[in-house]
Amino acid sequence: MSLRVDWRVSAGILGRVLRWLTLALAVPVVAALWYDEALGPFLAAAAVSLAVGLSLERIGRWDAENVGPREAYLAVSLVWLAIALVGAVPFVLGGAGAIARPEYALFESMSGITTTGATVVVDFGAQPRSLLLWRSLLQWLGGLGILALATAVLATLGVGGAQLMETESQLEDVNKLTPRLIDTARIIWGLYVLLTVGTVGLLLALRVSGLAPEMTPYDAVAHAFTSISTSGFSPRPDSAGAFSPAVQWAFVLVMTVGATNFVLLYHLLGGDRSRIRRSDEFRFYVAVLAGASALVFALLLVTPGNGPLGEETLRHSAFQVVSIVTTTGYATLDYTVWPASAKHVLFMLMFVGGMAGSTTCSVKALRWLVILRAFRRDLYTTVHPEAVRPVRLSGRPVDEEAVQDIYAYTLLVIVGFFLGAVLLVVDAARVGLALSEFEALGAAASTFLNIGPAFGLAGPFDSYAPFPRSSKLLMTVLMWVGRLEIVPVLVLLTPAYWRS
Amino acid sequence: MRVVIIGAGQVGESIAADLDESNEVIVVEEDPERCEELTYGLDVLTINGDGTSVDTLEEAGVADADMVIASTDDDETNIVACSTVKAISEAFTIARVKKTEYLKTWRRSNTAFGIDFMVCTNLLTAQSIVRVVGLPGALDVDPFAGGKVQMAEFEVAPDSDVAGQTVAEADRFDSLTFAALLREDAVIIPTGETVIEGEDRLVVIGSPGSVREFASTVASIDEQDEVNEVVVVGGSEVGYHVARLFEERDVSVRYIEQDADRARELAEDLPNAVVLQSDATDVDFLEREHIADADVLVSTLDSDEKNLLACLLSKRLGVGRTVSIVDSDPYIDLFETVGVDVAISPRAVVAEEITRFTREGTAENVALIESDKAEVIEIEVGEDSPLAGRTILDSVADLPERVVFGAITRNGAFVTPRGDTVIEAGDHVVAFAPADVAEGLTARL
Repeated sequence: MSLRVDWRVSAGILGRVLRWLTLALAVPVVAALWYDEALGPFLAAAAVSLAVGLSLERIGRWDAENVGPREAYLAVSLVWLAIALVGAVPFVLGGAGAIARPEYALFESMSGITTTGATVVVDFGAQPRSLLLWRSLLQWLGGLGILALATAVLATLGVGGAQLMETESQLEDVNKLTPRLIDTARIIWGLYVLLTVGTVGLLLALRVSGLAPEMTPYDAVAHAFTSISTSGFSPRPDSAGAFSPAVQWAFVLVMTVGATNFVLLYHLLGGDRSRIRRSDEFRFYVAVLAGASALVFALLLVTPGNGPLGEETLRHSAFQVVSIVTTTGYATLDYTVWPASAKHVLFMLMFVGGMAGSTTCSVKALRWLVILRAFRRDLYTTVHPEAVRPVRLSGRPVDEEAVQDIYAYTLLVIVGFFLGAVLLVVDAARVGLALSEFEALGAAASTFLNIGPAFGLAGPFDSYAPFPRSSKLLMTVLMWVGRLEIVPVLVLLTPAYWRS
Repeated sequence: MRVVIIGAGQVGESIAADLDESNEVIVVEEDPERCEELTYGLDVLTINGDGTSVDTLEEAGVADADMVIASTDDDETNIVACSTVKAISEAFTIARVKKTEYLKTWRRSNTAFGIDFMVCTNLLTAQSIVRVVGLPGALDVDPFAGGKVQMAEFEVAPDSDVAGQTVAEADRFDSLTFAALLREDAVIIPTGETVIEGEDRLVVIGSPGSVREFASTVASIDEQDEVNEVVVVGGSEVGYHVARLFEERDVSVRYIEQDADRARELAEDLPNAVVLQSDATDVDFLEREHIADADVLVSTLDSDEKNLLACLLSKRLGVGRTVSIVDSDPYIDLFETVGVDVAISPRAVVAEEITRFTREGTAENVALIESDKAEVIEIEVGEDSPLAGRTILDSVADLPERVVFGAITRNGAFVTPRGDTVIEAGDHVVAFAPADVAEGLTARL
């Protein structure tokens, strides 16, 4: 059996991405200089990524014609793994306490680049500020997924870049923005930077106006990185709970925007509001946010001892719902003490996700909307067997093959999540860790769907540190596979991929 | 007028037949046998050759022609022919197309492809079907004066309110004029005492509102309800446009198409219609889907026989009214005799539209009744017109007999013509005239 994948093309792409990652490491280096902290860990990571990147580029090939779907799948899968590995280097070398252990560092780094936000950090105060900033920056880089990282690659790849984009199905609408892919990538990338700067500005403005005295410039930058990218790391141990109500409402806004389709945002900023009005997915997404917030609010009200009727309860309900649906994972309070009904609603919301073409993870509103519409159609055709009814989205018919793909994908998510949960329970039992079924389900969903916090042991103000080493590795894999939307990794595992 | 017609199919022949009496008509046709048939059948000159070739067109004398009508069955041929004509002549060009895409392109500039006037078979047929379906009992409907006036032809149902009444009794509407009664082959100009009989055909001219009201008194009792639900059969372009036009009017549409791919296409293009993929002659299916509940069934299948079958089956099941397109003109009467309520020939519709347009040199708008028995003409009254400044009673005395003034619009408002109405310059007059006096009438006015 000969290898049918042109691995040298994938190696070339991988090399180029790692070389660019070196540049990103300049941010924590500057921060380390500013705060007078150790430079070594970041310089070491930069050296690793530069050396590996350059040598991969040397052995790799660099011609667009050879980037077929196989090469793209391989490259995409490996890019995330490689960044997670390089990203872990500063944690190992510069982290304080347990985070310096390799499996902790890899977990944290993978959680960062996949925008999950599940953390193993317990002692926030002991960590260098530059390290926590690197942690946030990893999430920001992972926010736009492959696009933000591979812009440089796309530029050189030209035609082949489309293959690379297709595997990142999150950006399914993106290539409609301009005829040339690289221009679209630049627009989306620019928009992302603009939104991030805007978030920093908003947070600092709240500080200046006196509404957020605890918001330091450092906090503003770190939180802007992880809120607009809907990823959820916070350098504060009590997450968004450390800030004033005004900041929390601001986060609700930023998370909602981050999980909105960037193409829609682009048109909105360009003054074209009709697109957002026409978008069925946007309406569905907003309706889910509003409906679920109202539901959680109502559940809290009817359960004695869970907050009075008022702004505070409403804020916590809305914040938690938005944070989970957008897969951010910030928390304003420890919702694990909430009534079971509210917690179950949050658990179910983990599977929703924001809009396709945004920074969000999980199943995504688009897929659920298609599934709901297809289901409604199937009910209709049960009564009228001859009826031909295309599933429509924003007035446009959805291809039947796409509907099938969406069903299959969603089923894969459910199966993968259950498998993960079972393995976590078994592994916890092996070492004698007290992990309830609900906690296991929560942790599996939270890592596989890239949300971050879960319930109980892995609650919003706790960490994943107590999980056994094998569970951490398992969840690292879950985050990786989940962020890639399963398929690219599964493709690599099929025999057909490796044969002609 | 020198008119060159390219293509001697049914449409070309029909136009030639309408124009040959008062015009110099030259027909270009590829098939020599068709040329021969036409030479013997009509008073025209035939040129055997390809209508898109410059040589053939020059031979046909296009350089001196006033009008060139490209009426072959092939859209692209017609378009190329018109473009070629424009390259070598100043003649006014008319093209017949089937695809609405071409019409859309042409409408952007009204000169695209070198075409001065474009008629779209499928769209015209669909519009004509929708107009007829909108009026219960109507066989033909044509708009005049920018839609302010409507001419409609009805068949009087024997059980309707007006059957057996005199015209004076039936005329309960202010803005409606009874232009003619067609009884068997005769064109009768009715007076107040004329008795309307069942199965007579009535031509009325009036405001759309009054025509609509009248429609419900002339139709049979069970046809008088408003049309709320339509079933379209057959995924042709005509069917698609019929469905689309009904959708625009908020009529609920069910569409039956047998081919899976075409059904999917229709379902994608018609978001509000229910598309059913099945055979429209499958009785079990028709019963299961309660097709009988529909007010109207429009059949637009490719085969005349299947159209007839679909219409008769649905009629038997209880559909209120059936409309069918008919490919072959001689079948029209047959269809209507055996029970299809309205049979419409797309070719006849197009031929009529083109003929109507060629007549518009003298009149604003023309409608042909029963294809040639009579005409309804719209005229804008000029300062020097013999009609201007006189009452209708005075004018009628000078005009050929049997001319009826059906409606007048003045500054866009409807004026009911009565004997003492004074016609002013600038008025639009819609008049009815039997075929034998129509030509003379347009010439005099």
